[in-house]
Amino acid sequence: MAEPLLRVEKLVRRFGGITATDHVSLDVSAGELHAIIGPNGAGKTTLISQLTGHLSPHAGSVSLGGRDITYLPAYRRCALGLARSFQITSLLLDFTAADNVALAAQAHAGTSFRFFADARKERGLRDAAHAALDRVGLSHRADVVVSRLSHGERRELELAVALASKPKILLLDEPMAGLGATESQRMVKLLQDLRKEVSIVLVEHDMPAVFALADRISVLVYGRVIASGDPAAIRGNDEVKRAYLGDQHVVTRHD
Amino acid sequence: MLLVVEQFLNGLQFGLLLFLLAAGLTLVFGIMDLVNLAHGSLYMMGAYFAATFVAWTGNFLLGALLALGATLVLGIVLEVVALRHLYGRDHLDHVLATFGLILFFNEAVRLIWGPAGLALPLPPWLTVPVPILPGIYYPAYRLAIIVVALLVALLLYLGVMRTRIGMLIRAGASNREMIGALGINIKLLYTLVFGLGAALAGLAGLMQAPILTVQIGMGENILILAFVIIVIGGIGSIRGAFLAAVFVGMIDTLGRAFLPNLLRQILSSTAASTAAPALSSMLIYLLMAIVLVVRPEGLFPANRR
Amino acid sequence: MKALSVSKAVTALVLAGLVLLPLYSQLSGNIFILTLFTRIVILALAAASLNLIMGYGGMMSFGHAAYLGIGGYAVGILAQEGVGSGFIQFPVALAASALYALVIGALSLRTRGVYFIMITLAFAQMAYYVASGLARYGGDDGLTVYKRSDFFGLIDLSSRVQFYYLCLACLFGVVFLIWRIVNSRFGLVVQGLRSNEQRMQAIGFPAKRYQLVCFVISGTMCGLAGALLANNTDFVSPAVMYWTRSGDLMVMVILGGMGALFGPVMGAVVYLLLEEFLSQITEYWALIMGPLLLLIVLFGRGGIMGLLGRADRG
Repeated sequence: MAEPLLRVEKLVRRFGGITATDHVSLDVSAGELHAIIGPNGAGKTTLISQLTGHLSPHAGSVSLGGRDITYLPAYRRCALGLARSFQITSLLLDFTAADNVALAAQAHAGTSFRFFADARKERGLRDAAHAALDRVGLSHRADVVVSRLSHGERRELELAVALASKPKILLLDEPMAGLGATESQRMVKLLQDLRKEVSIVLVEHDMPAVFALADRISVLVYGRVIASGDPAAIRGNDEVKRAYLGDQHVVTRHD
Repeated sequence: MLLVVEQFLNGLQFGLLLFLLAAGLTLVFGIMDLVNLAHGSLYMMGAYFAATFVAWTGNFLLGALLALGATLVLGIVLEVVALRHLYGRDHLDHVLATFGLILFFNEAVRLIWGPAGLALPLPPWLTVPVPILPGIYYPAYRLAIIVVALLVALLLYLGVMRTRIGMLIRAGASNREMIGALGINIKLLYTLVFGLGAALAGLAGLMQAPILTVQIGMGENILILAFVIIVIGGIGSIRGAFLAAVFVGMIDTLGRAFLPNLLRQILSSTAASTAAPALSSMLIYLLMAIVLVVRPEGLFPANRR
Repeated sequence: MKALSVSKAVTALVLAGLVLLPLYSQLSGNIFILTLFTRIVILALAAASLNLIMGYGGMMSFGHAAYLGIGGYAVGILAQEGVGSGFIQFPVALAASALYALVIGALSLRTRGVYFIMITLAFAQMAYYVASGLARYGGDDGLTVYKRSDFFGLIDLSSRVQFYYLCLACLFGVVFLIWRIVNSRFGLVVQGLRSNEQRMQAIGFPAKRYQLVCFVISGTMCGLAGALLANNTDFVSPAVMYWTRSGDLMVMVILGGMGALFGPVMGAVVYLLLEEFLSQITEYWALIMGPLLLLIVLFGRGGIMGLLGRADRG
């Protein structure tokens, strides 16, 4: 098999006495949608934070396209083609939707140490922004300030921002969180389209969505990967069932 | 030797005084999240009250006590009338509003006491030199400041660590919502904390008054030193404020006393006498810069929220 | 949309007033008003530079007066040492301010929020003490600038009117530059960092270096104001760096409306005229000004430009 796009090896992160990430290893190959699921408190967000560079691991390594990125800061990872969406929407609230996306495009289109020309009149950036907004179905809201967008629209905008940087791999941290049924369906549809273009790591609570989308699923419990395989294998895995049912965990759905 | 011991004690005394000021500032910031530039004004008011009350009663201790009470009351009034409305606003609003208060206080002092400074004479029993080591004498008053400030520091430490109010204060510092949910009267708590901070500033001011002239603007320079201390010590940390204050007091005092001579050993005497005053006043800021490079959060950051 | 035009109309009126002021001063024989407004224009320039980092960049510097002093001392010291040419004095003033901003910015930007406010304040106070320690250049008492900067007869700084227009041209030039900057790629990044630093890092922007460059640009602009101020008063002293002056500049920015292009100009005009007006009524003008500031903070969010219904950021 070729070198995977994203490789996580024996990652360890502790908080005081708790090991939130316990020797986690994962591979994501090009074109794959790899979902990470697990009960609340399983360490999914901690893991994602180490992949994006917001948190440093205590041991282990993360590599992207064969290059070690374990200790690179977030902005450098992004430049290498790793984009993310946030679990809790994180956007520039006082900027328009188009500006949010255009800035992401700008980060990858030459230097931003340009002080004189009006950046909002740069065709390249505007076109890229509109293309990305179009991709998520938000182009009609391009000139609306983010603080006036609905929650669902903001989730979609998160995705557009991530796409605008033309990433090799997308880390999506619960993109469905807080979405209504119709919005969820739209998001699933959107991800189904996107996965043809870009590799995706998806952290999600919405099980039907995960099973509909994923090529591979890794199950995280107490910071450890207890199972990894295709949806059918995971569905039949006894340890996974025990982890979920034993924890009395209710898979939350928002409908 | 004599000079070294004396300057060392001067540094300690100045540092402890700075601590009284910084402790109030850091308490108010740590608990109410309020940046109070007018803290220096309370220091000034403490000094003016003391000068007035001592002259009025003719008794130093009684005057000082009255001044302490007056600053406490002033602090509480200030909190209730103005600062209370600033809780929860941005820090920039705090800076601006309390900047306005400084203008007000300086002008009010000029109106009431006149533009010339006041002197606060010490009673004879506080001016006698006290032998601290065989053959080494130190002014009784400065010694008294050291003792009083250490005592206050100890009380503050015990108060915050051991008492119920202190526990509330610490709980408030780390979890504002919780303390509200427990049904504790948070408004009253805040007012009390602010009053306490004001009293500490007033105490620092009234104790410093006999050493320096009591004058308009005296609170501002020292306030900035208190900021430096808080930055070095870590915002919201009493222990950090204490250590940083003593450290800053020492460095500042010893630097001013010995740097000119040190420089004279290296540089020509004219160059040294030109550079020394500028350099010695830079010392603590250089110290702050170093701390910032090494530990941007300060040396003893309080528990992060 | 009507409010938008009101704010534009008022701004245009004020700017036109500034341009025509010397004419009025000549006709009415009121020289004092020209002197007053020269000062206002220079401080408006300083406030505009502060607005760049504070209003657009979200960096709350409480030490901006330091650049007024650095720019001023560059002019004063060079004049004292016999270098009278403005073509040397002004570049040195700007370069010295930029250098100071670079060092202080690199240190201060390691922190944020209140720490940043306190640290910029403390470093400015350090600059104040250093200036007080410059015995050769007057120390505490300050330094008299016996001869204004000489621009080879191109412009005569001793002529009140010419000097006023020089200051006004500098102000307009700086505001124009700021306008270009905030709409440029760089400016959008800086404003994005103010809005959400985490997000900006995640899309690939290293925050610190953009903020530092912005901090340096702002400091350099304020250094220009300092050089002009020294020429205006023929004098420079540590007092121009005193922290209350930094506070004044902040007040002007906030009074005018943070992040509004012409906000600081409006703020400077209103604040300094108010100061002038109050000091004519009573010797104890600060007794009114202080509580007034408190009231502005409590009730007047968005400043004058906000009041005029202008929201520059939409």
